[in-house]
Amino acid sequence: MKSAHFALMLLVIAATAQAEEFNIVHADKSTLGFVFKQMGVSVEGHFGKFSAQLKFDPAKPAAASAAIDIDLASIDAGSPEANDEVAGKQWFSTKVFPNARFVASAIRPLGGNRYEAVGKMTIKGKTQAITAPFTFTAQGRTGTAEGAVVIKRADFGIGEGPWADFDTVANEVQIRFRLQAEAGPAHK
Amino acid sequence: MAALILGTFSVGLYMHDLPLSPMKLKIFSWHKWAGVTAFLLVWARLAWRATHRPPLMPATMPRWQQLAAHAGHALLYVLMVAIPVSGWLMSSAKGFQTVYFGVLPIPDLLAKNKELGDTLREVHEALNYLMIALVAGHVGAALWHHFIDRDDVLIRMAPQHSQHKELTP
Repeated sequence: MKSAHFALMLLVIAATAQAEEFNIVHADKSTLGFVFKQMGVSVEGHFGKFSAQLKFDPAKPAAASAAIDIDLASIDAGSPEANDEVAGKQWFSTKVFPNARFVASAIRPLGGNRYEAVGKMTIKGKTQAITAPFTFTAQGRTGTAEGAVVIKRADFGIGEGPWADFDTVANEVQIRFRLQAEAGPAHK
Repeated sequence: MAALILGTFSVGLYMHDLPLSPMKLKIFSWHKWAGVTAFLLVWARLAWRATHRPPLMPATMPRWQQLAAHAGHALLYVLMVAIPVSGWLMSSAKGFQTVYFGVLPIPDLLAKNKELGDTLREVHEALNYLMIALVAGHVGAALWHHFIDRDDVLIRMAPQHSQHKELTP
């Protein structure tokens, strides 16, 4: 009887917890990285500075919103030499286009803890529709959205001129994101 | 093998301060593949050396010359192994895995670490200059044998010279 009571209590807590909206992103515990192939070799990089806005209630994904602004100058593309190179006109042209932006127009449930964010990615003045699958796991009041999406650098004009060929640097770039957010008061 | 080593050395010398370009990335990959190939071939060479006694050095050679020749040959073998290994470790520490012919990934023994990568670069460079000095000495000594001492040391290194087995790499 006591254990049944306890189980019911847990259910109630779980239900309350699930109704929570995760909307305070912890930038220091979030990461935004990427992997690309160079001469057939995987090279990893990441962005040191980005800001994310998230309003996500796993129970109500339809009401969710998400946006990420990326400071392109904060890139680590694997080596100091590469960092200098990719800031240039042929790559990100960071002087003209300092930021990249992703804005989700919808978040759809895929079953279980899997979701997908459908939205628009803008880099170097070019906008493309992308769909980024992710998982969302909540532990207490902290939730983590983790996923990856492959984009094609040529779609955004990243790597022009001598780099436009894909035989040294592949067209496909996988973007890996991990956003940690705390449940705060819902903004409705 | 000698051509491969000298070719890889020359490419390494040429490429290290190139500005970043697709060609540079290609050359770096080719250099690494050549290095892995040299590393594999040297083991075949060492296996051959272990099972075939080289002919004795001419009795007319002074003892100090014989000792120097043995030491030089041993050091050349050590460098033929150590140089590709140092290049591979440097590549790992700099965060670029070596993938043989773009197909066969060679595991990274070291995690990415800039300071270690820079140190290994120095090591790779120093070992290469040591090797090239030894090769120059090796060639010089062979020519000395041929033209000054007028013995058969240079002639018997040639593969078609069948009554003797190879003496030096």
